[in-house]
Amino acid sequence: MKTHSEAAEVFNKDFDRTTWHDQTLFMVRQKRDKAAFQIDDWELLRETASQIKNNVLSNMHNYLLQFEENASNNGIKIHWAADAKEHNEIVYGIISDYYRGEIPVDTFKGMVKSKSMLTEECHMNEFLAEKGIEVIDTDLGERIVQLAEEPPSHIVMPCIHWKKEEIGELFHKHLGTEKGNKDPQYLTEAARQHLRDKFLTRPIALTGVNFAVAETGEFVVCTNEGNADMGAHLADVHIASMGFEKIIPQKKHLGVFLRLLARSATGQPITTYSSHFKKPRDGQQMHIVIVDNGRSTQLGREDFRNSLKCIRCAACFNTCPVYRRSGGHSYHSAVAGPIGSILAPNLDMRANADLPFASTLCGSCSNVCPVKIDIHQQLYKWRQVLVQEGYTSMSKTLAMKGMSTVLSNPSVFKFSGKVGRMLMDKLPFLVNNNMNPWYKQREMPEPPEESFRDWYKKNKK
Amino acid sequence: MSSRENILSKIKQNQPELLPLPDLSVLGSEKYDLVEKFTEILEGIGGKVLQVSDIEEIKNYIISNYPINARVISTLPAFSDNRDWQTADPHSLKDAEFLIIKGQFAVAENGAIWLTESEIGQRVAPFITQYLAIIIEKSSILPTMHQAYEEIGSIDYGFGVFLAGPSKTADIEQSLVLGAHGARGLVVFLV
Repeated sequence: MKTHSEAAEVFNKDFDRTTWHDQTLFMVRQKRDKAAFQIDDWELLRETASQIKNNVLSNMHNYLLQFEENASNNGIKIHWAADAKEHNEIVYGIISDYYRGEIPVDTFKGMVKSKSMLTEECHMNEFLAEKGIEVIDTDLGERIVQLAEEPPSHIVMPCIHWKKEEIGELFHKHLGTEKGNKDPQYLTEAARQHLRDKFLTRPIALTGVNFAVAETGEFVVCTNEGNADMGAHLADVHIASMGFEKIIPQKKHLGVFLRLLARSATGQPITTYSSHFKKPRDGQQMHIVIVDNGRSTQLGREDFRNSLKCIRCAACFNTCPVYRRSGGHSYHSAVAGPIGSILAPNLDMRANADLPFASTLCGSCSNVCPVKIDIHQQLYKWRQVLVQEGYTSMSKTLAMKGMSTVLSNPSVFKFSGKVGRMLMDKLPFLVNNNMNPWYKQREMPEPPEESFRDWYKKNKK
Repeated sequence: MSSRENILSKIKQNQPELLPLPDLSVLGSEKYDLVEKFTEILEGIGGKVLQVSDIEEIKNYIISNYPINARVISTLPAFSDNRDWQTADPHSLKDAEFLIIKGQFAVAENGAIWLTESEIGQRVAPFITQYLAIIIEKSSILPTMHQAYEEIGSIDYGFGVFLAGPSKTADIEQSLVLGAHGARGLVVFLV
């Protein structure tokens, strides 16, 4: 597997495409600003949301029990999954039970699924595919990447890295659209017809959960397309998968989060549909799978537990200069971007040791976060943990040690500076070559004639 | 120990010391011209808003703007006497062209309309129909989501939705397209 910087280097080979990706995402960031500035109390809303989430983290145990009791009384079946594997097995078990233990694999049409980053995290589609169960992603962007056999590159806009010409080609191949037609209206209509047939024929629907209300036992799912509702209201069985941190205390708190979520995500005042599922409809089964998968460990890490406040708006992605110019797949994690870079090391430090370094630490992510997660500070803290635990590369450790020796010793620093200036002046090829990582995508500066120290000595009077 | 007990005991052990919930009463003080704001926002997200004086005006609008031979369903006696669709298999609504209903109330700041099963007749109805019309009483428009949840209070429902505009997507190169999977168009009649 490529590290973030290796994958980003490949992404950056196509200069125009990288610029296009960068600008598209920054346009979404600007829409967010415009929407936020229309609310006088925006900062108060963020602070309130942050405090609600702090309370949730501090009272998680009781809220989960309360939610379980209320949802059960509403007729919803609650399941608990310690990890990804158990989540997938529970989902399979629900389908199997529905068919009394014998899934009619030949005639069974499978499942429709609306956006759920948790099922990406758990690699559920692959698990079910091995058992002969097809999962159809129904969000348009997710369906596009699914047909292309790729994971989503962004948690809100899954195919933000795809151009319409390429989507036209993909749909021509899989959905039989006209060759060369790249009109978004035409392609969306083709997907609408294609997926409507799936909604009408699939007996099982899975959705994610945006918010689960402890006080009432209901859960809220937000979409613009209406795909979660088309799936859930037509299916015999509705399964909703949630990380346990999606819990909020009371229904009135939804007012705070629904005001923040879509404005932060895309600059819309609210998503088209904010659906409140409280009870199954007559004759329907409704299940909720509450997943841990490392979250309870993260809850115990004082420096990093705040990452569990995330409401998955992706504002931090859209503002991040590194995400915008490296693309979501460079992060090799279901959740990319700045928030993904502080969530992923909790799941696997070794595999994700590169991600907290995929940042300039500019702090823009923390400034746009609707629940005030200190994302850039956590990125910085993760770097320290990863180095201390020995998960970073030897070359980086040696370089940092060398740097530390030079910077902490004035005479060595003075001497190295002089040598460096001389070399850059007389033998520029020693630094202007591809062996020097600082030379990549950059011109090296002209060396100054003298150091600041020398200049200061001469001019201090 | 089951996963449930394991997860809960680990959470109990790892969660930080109890922090208080914030006061929400300081939020939602925005002052809007409610009809004007609601109209501006809803039209900005692809809905159509018409001020009408009576049911006849609504009927005339529908007859002149939608194919009258298509399947129209409604929960309102003024538009249809047929109630069978509400208890039929939800899949049978796949050919519904037009649904007309009355919303409980609307929200000015975001153009959202609150609907529960009693207004929509069948859960899938406002999503599966090609076009959707909702009647809203002007006096029922509230400024923000905070007043909206106060209005809902502890009223029970099996399913409820804040619906704001027609179904849409911008997944293809950020080009906005109306009619992704749900209704292609929304018209709101303000009375």
